Amino acid sequence: MNDNILEIRNLRIQYKTRKGIVEAVNGIDLTIGKGETLGLVGETGAGKTTTALGILQLIPDPPGKIIEGEIFFDGTDLLKLSISDMRKIRGNSISMIFQDPMTALNPLMTVGNQIAEVIRLHDKLSAQDATVKSQQMLEKVGIPSERFNEYPHQFSGGMKQRVVIAIALACNPALLIADEPTTALDVTIQAQVLEIMNNLKNELNTSMILITHDLGIVAEICEKVAIMYAGEIIESGTAEDIFDRAKHPYTIGLFGAIPNLDEDTERLIPIAGLMPDPMALPVGCNFAVRCPRKMPECELGEIPTVHFSESHYIKCLLFKDMEQEVI
Amino acid sequence: MGTLLEVRDLKKYFKTPKGLLHAVDGVSFKIEAGKTLGIVGESGCGKSTLGRIIVHLLENSGGQIIFDGKDISHPNKKELHELRKEMQMIFQDPYSSIDPRMRVKDIIGEPMIINKTFSSKAEYNKKVSSLMEIVGLSERVSESYPHELDGGRRQRIGVARALALNPKFIVCDEPVSALDVSIQAQILNLLQDLQKDMGFTYIFITHNLSVVKHISDEICVMYLGKMVEKSNVKELFQHQYHPYTKALLSAIPRPNIHRKIERIILKGELSSPINPKDACRFAPRCNYSEDKCFSQTPLIQEVMPDHFVACHFVKKINNLE
Repeated sequence: MNDNILEIRNLRIQYKTRKGIVEAVNGIDLTIGKGETLGLVGETGAGKTTTALGILQLIPDPPGKIIEGEIFFDGTDLLKLSISDMRKIRGNSISMIFQDPMTALNPLMTVGNQIAEVIRLHDKLSAQDATVKSQQMLEKVGIPSERFNEYPHQFSGGMKQRVVIAIALACNPALLIADEPTTALDVTIQAQVLEIMNNLKNELNTSMILITHDLGIVAEICEKVAIMYAGEIIESGTAEDIFDRAKHPYTIGLFGAIPNLDEDTERLIPIAGLMPDPMALPVGCNFAVRCPRKMPECELGEIPTVHFSESHYIKCLLFKDMEQEVI
Repeated sequence: MGTLLEVRDLKKYFKTPKGLLHAVDGVSFKIEAGKTLGIVGESGCGKSTLGRIIVHLLENSGGQIIFDGKDISHPNKKELHELRKEMQMIFQDPYSSIDPRMRVKDIIGEPMIINKTFSSKAEYNKKVSSLMEIVGLSERVSESYPHELDGGRRQRIGVARALALNPKFIVCDEPVSALDVSIQAQILNLLQDLQKDMGFTYIFITHNLSVVKHISDEICVMYLGKMVEKSNVKELFQHQYHPYTKALLSAIPRPNIHRKIERIILKGELSSPINPKDACRFAPRCNYSEDKCFSQTPLIQEVMPDHFVACHFVKKINNLE
């Protein structure tokens, strides 16, 4: 019996545009165990959202296309499913929370009906039973069920995001993909929303991919972390691996660039330069031009993956001789 | 150095169909020349409005603004024109705050053309290139249009434009919120270097407490138009006396897996700033509120040396008696 709910192997996604081919995701591997939370961290344009849309096969085609790879969800390869089979999975066993709660909801439908819609579609319940269940979902995310018949504009940003969470969790999915779920919210509201998400996730034993650029949120709720840069996972491991033993110069750079509340830093250490153009990725390591520890061979060829332990690996030449025997 | 800017009981009310919206309601503070005052708060607390009334992008509804010893609360057109050379603003969104149809060099030079601060074309060009050098923009982008540049470079244009008239005082309204962390650090360092080299005084408006801690000397925490707590950075991050500041600080997720802090989860959300009652604005969400909080507005008082808090029960909550 396989314990992993999701296994991604060598996923490659490109967008074909008039100006050229955008290499958005370049051969990533990811595994998520049952009940586990994986933090997918990276800056704008790293390919985080494209990866998420790839899992759900929501990449707009054209221009986007999954070039190669396999996505095993509970043992079946999602990329081999028919359109109608995939539709049964979306919102049912895999669901997604989008970044902006202001645009994720339908302004012409009451929030209650938007929750009930998912339930009726997937669980084949009667309208009445669906209403009861969606009222329960509202209560679970901390909204009084009397507000069932209200429209999204009557809710604040934090409340709308709770509604989105209720929709995502209504069918008790095995995997929840949350794309920057709290970025649009204020900190005190973010704290409320994160608490609700975490509680519900534990209660329902849902696995989660949390896409974020905020290492603070990752530290708080993720067991595993994958750091993405220019379409590749450049370092991945358990939270301890990343927060205590980060090895990749980019990961170390990210920690140096954020002001720390617990320590006094006179000066931040920014990462020089910019992310490479995904239409013209360099040969060798994508991070090389910005890397403080660049070596000549970094810009020559394929960068190998180096494993430090069963969980912790990086893509960097600096440590190629330090590889440890993996069982 | 002395005080550069002082505001006393500053107010801004907006008329709305539902009543008077109290965006900024009686804020007072002083900033010393060469220092940075951080203004923190969540959306809707009035921090941007406060920044805008100080630089006169909005007219205030009451109170006094004293800049460099002069009362500038209600300047006439000519005074305002002079004032704009002294105070500048850096805006939040580097995508919408610069004209997409102008070239980089023209955006940076425009304030100088409006104020005629140069005597020859050569002097103008020299000043534009030196401004670009100061903010770290390479000469080759001077002919570019903003859409050709990324967010970090655009924000550098915004900084260069603010510096064009050699101001003394700059209001930075969320200047790094729209940027990625690695770029954010570049801009924060730039602002700090400029302050060190040229002695600017900043008001730094943000919702990000880690950023404000990094860059400010003093911090003022706002909630629904009111200042609830104010102190110097070190003191404020060690001791928070106002229940809102405590909750705000505890709510920030920290990038450290070993240091778990006790989180205070606030109930509810911001109440309405329209026609507020005579009460503590934070009372409906406060864990310590009593009857008095709902019937009387707390005044800001000095609780510890140079540490000001607006709360009726600050002594009781913090065991200071």
